[in-house]
Amino acid sequence: MNQQSISLISFGYFQKDFLEKIAEDVRHEFLFQVHVREGRLDLSDFYDPSRKQYNGNSMLKHVDAIFSSDDVKTMGLFSVDLFIPILTYIFGQAFLNGRTGIASLYRLSNERYGMVMNERVMLERFSKEVIHELGHTFGLVHCHNPTCVMQSVTYVEEIDQKSQHLCNHCRKQSGLY
Amino acid sequence: MSKKISILIVDDEESVRDSLYNWFIEDDYRVECAENAKKALSMLESDHFDIILADIKMPGMDGLEMLRRIKALRRESIVIVMTAFATVDTAVQALKDGAFDYVTKPFDPDDLSHLIRNASKQISLTEENEILKEKVVSLENVEDLVGNSEAMHRVLQQIESAAQSNSSVIITGESGTGKELVARAIHANSSRKFFPLVSVHCGALTESLLESELFGHEKGAFTGAVYNRKGRFEMADNGSIFLDEIATISTKMQIELLRVLESKKFIRVGGNKEITSDFRVICATNKDLKSMVENGTFREDLFYRLNVLNINIPPLRERSGDIPLLVDYFIKKYCTTMNQPPVIIDTSALKRLEEFTFPGNIRELENMIERAIVIGNGKKITLKDLPLEKTLIDNSAESLDDHEKNHIFQILNKYNWNISRSAKALQVDRVTLYNKIRKYNLKPLE
Repeated sequence: MNQQSISLISFGYFQKDFLEKIAEDVRHEFLFQVHVREGRLDLSDFYDPSRKQYNGNSMLKHVDAIFSSDDVKTMGLFSVDLFIPILTYIFGQAFLNGRTGIASLYRLSNERYGMVMNERVMLERFSKEVIHELGHTFGLVHCHNPTCVMQSVTYVEEIDQKSQHLCNHCRKQSGLY
Repeated sequence: MSKKISILIVDDEESVRDSLYNWFIEDDYRVECAENAKKALSMLESDHFDIILADIKMPGMDGLEMLRRIKALRRESIVIVMTAFATVDTAVQALKDGAFDYVTKPFDPDDLSHLIRNASKQISLTEENEILKEKVVSLENVEDLVGNSEAMHRVLQQIESAAQSNSSVIITGESGTGKELVARAIHANSSRKFFPLVSVHCGALTESLLESELFGHEKGAFTGAVYNRKGRFEMADNGSIFLDEIATISTKMQIELLRVLESKKFIRVGGNKEITSDFRVICATNKDLKSMVENGTFREDLFYRLNVLNINIPPLRERSGDIPLLVDYFIKKYCTTMNQPPVIIDTSALKRLEEFTFPGNIRELENMIERAIVIGNGKKITLKDLPLEKTLIDNSAESLDDHEKNHIFQILNKYNWNISRSAKALQVDRVTLYNKIRKYNLKPLE
């Protein structure tokens, strides 16, 4: 695998075409080769029974230690509810300027908020979240441009409002183009 | 671009520190962590943090105690306390002790963003407030005090300090340096600015007149006192009194003045009713009052009473860099007064002005520019419009030949190098004048 590549590793059940679409969006945004593969991980190690959630910090560190390498950016894709000790939930997180990030589909579906299921919307949200976390691994911090994918969001509705692209400023900052 | 907001995270749990660190670092804040209160306090002694996020329950010193110490160290610090065991009592106590906010772990991501956004807003408001405060004390009505030299900046700083106090001020400086303007600036920037600034030119009045001017008089107090008159001290009630040429007042007046300055009470000439007036004294002199005290011509006690603050205005020759600004200022002033379009000044004329020593200081320069605008061609001030040549040439002339050369040059300039008229004025024939011009290598001014 060459240096300019991104590895998307799915943990848990994801439909193949769903993952392909995510990979295509990522490829389109970063112009890198994107590889999709399945990973196996015992998530019970990261489960916190008191919070009924999975510890994102530990999972990120674990993915980084076991599945990542220096010549590739690695994203762990999950479908479980992630938290970090200080926050009630997170959509994903990454090492700033590092090699690894994680993102979860869990809180991105409409049904979770009592609305009609919409797979297209969920796919878009997940693509944005994956691109956002990958942006962090390229050294990008949160952006104040409301349409930039690097804008910080805390609710799904806010994810819908931003685009899945980096703004010009973030493009320049990332030094990728 | 605004500076990065700095955040110090104080929590004994590593996972909490890491989580917050990663969260904030992605938001482009400068983030540091401390695992206990002791380390946090030592970090705060050497570094500044805009926001401190501190856990309440920590081994050793708890968060509330640390909050009190941080507030004692730096009152304006924004401290947000966090705890996993929220009770109303601890929350109230934290807020009473000066915490900016209080949050229960774990927080909703949106709450954390709001919290930091509010704290950032508070920081920018505090900074804005500081800037506005500085603006409030920055000087107003000092447009007439022109100059960008270090000496002038020093004077402006002294004016600012003097304006904020209520103490007596002595302004010293050579004649024509702008002592009265400084006095006006002090008054205009002081809390007394809405009350009058009363000026008294002590040198222009005889002793009895000065007494009547300062204290006022009752009808019939002396010949010509046909009505009651308020004195300047009375007129300056709640305001300031400017005593120009203070060194010229008589010994008797010095005693009277001292008494009034100490008690702020006086009696009108010919009156018997004591009047109280609240005024601030600003004096000016071009004399060395200290040596006058040593000579015994000025009372020492009065000197010390007046000399609480001293502002010395440097002569123009010591800040010749300000001359172009002053020239520009006076050109605008007089062209506006004379209702004519602004004139420009010739480079050589300006250069000559910068070299000139100006014994009469700014007043002399002002008069020169006014004269040049009146007698000039209305477009450009040139060297011949300025009465500088005589002084400049006289300074260097020593021999008889030098004097002859200077005199001929001056006459030639006077008659615009018209040889016939210049020769007639010099009472020599034209050939002789030509010979002298050749001998002294005289040339018309540019």
